[in-house]
Amino acid sequence: MKKECQECGAEINIPDDILVGEIVACQDCGSDFEVTSKTQNSVELKPAESVGEDWGQ
Amino acid sequence: MKVGVIGASGYVGGELLRLLVSHPKAELKMIVSRQRAGEYVQRVHPSLKGFINTTFSPMDIEKVTSVCDFVFTSVPHGKSNEIVKDLYERGLKVVDLSADFRLKNPKDYVKWYGWEHPFPDLLTKSVYGIPEFHRADIQRARLVSCPGCMAVTSLLAIKPLIENSIIDTDHIVVDSKIGSSGAGSESNAGTHHAMRYGVIRPYKPAKHRHTGEIEQELGILAKHPIKVSMSPHAVNLVRGILVTNHLFFKRPIQELELWKMYRDSYNNEPFIRLIRDTKGFYKFPDPKFVVGSNFCDIGFDIDQDNQRIVALSASDNLMKGAAGSAIQNMNVMQGFNETDGLKLTPVTPV
Repeated sequence: MKKECQECGAEINIPDDILVGEIVACQDCGSDFEVTSKTQNSVELKPAESVGEDWGQ
Repeated sequence: MKVGVIGASGYVGGELLRLLVSHPKAELKMIVSRQRAGEYVQRVHPSLKGFINTTFSPMDIEKVTSVCDFVFTSVPHGKSNEIVKDLYERGLKVVDLSADFRLKNPKDYVKWYGWEHPFPDLLTKSVYGIPEFHRADIQRARLVSCPGCMAVTSLLAIKPLIENSIIDTDHIVVDSKIGSSGAGSESNAGTHHAMRYGVIRPYKPAKHRHTGEIEQELGILAKHPIKVSMSPHAVNLVRGILVTNHLFFKRPIQELELWKMYRDSYNNEPFIRLIRDTKGFYKFPDPKFVVGSNFCDIGFDIDQDNQRIVALSASDNLMKGAAGSAIQNMNVMQGFNETDGLKLTPVTPV
């Protein structure tokens, strides 16, 4: 399956055996998405929570 | 194809030799250095020991013409003019790595270099050598002028933004950092290790010469004159350039749209990589990860509060900034595969 990255528009390849709750990452921009639902041919994604870095403190 | 390098004892000349010894379609026939004539190449370029077992030749235009089909000229600005004219008139194909044929308007040589161009007619024959800008013209050219290292690095990052008419072309700021090899192999008091090590040295905060090239090429893209404010700095690297271009957008823009613009411009370009990663430690372009390769890595960020796009680009100044571009141009001029001799992964760590 393929989904478009909501951040950068790249195509994300999603394994057919992925489960709801798993995280997929965009190869181009690295954004993480959580699988929120799944049918036989499609999945729904939402941006996953992430912890950012803060340099220069 | 029989190839000659004139001015082969400098850093760029050495890099050309490094690339040519493994190029699948080029045969090095003449390696010229006036200063080092008679000396073994390996004494000047130790890394080439075992690859080139000849000495530098003195400059002999008749001999160059008789044994070479294609010549790279890598001599100082202002000294290349006459050599290139001679080679061109003798029917050879030439890639020049000096600044002597980069600018189209002869008056710009007075403005940026302080001398009258002796052969203004030849400027119309020369193509500015960035294949990502002028590939079709380079294919037909007999004379190609390689861009300045900081100029090409900056131009590649700004091009998609001009093409899409989204930035204010009256306010373009180019901030560049470059390693010591960009200053060439001639030494002076300021390049001595004790004085050079650890510097972040603004060496031409206003009106650096590469500004003229950037203005020229962006003006061609935009179809109107463009002014650029450029400030380069010498930093504590041997190889590498990082350019931070500050551009101000004319209408609201989001990240997704910028991704699309950059992908539309560069998806089929073999030497452009888009770097804007939220993971790992390579989040934005950094010359550390292009050294030894012909890549120009490009990334961006958006400062919505100030309507600013920060377009970043990184290259190896001796590769995409000089010899790598020269080989890429040769490949295009000769109809070779554009990546011939340039399928080099960056060297990491350096």
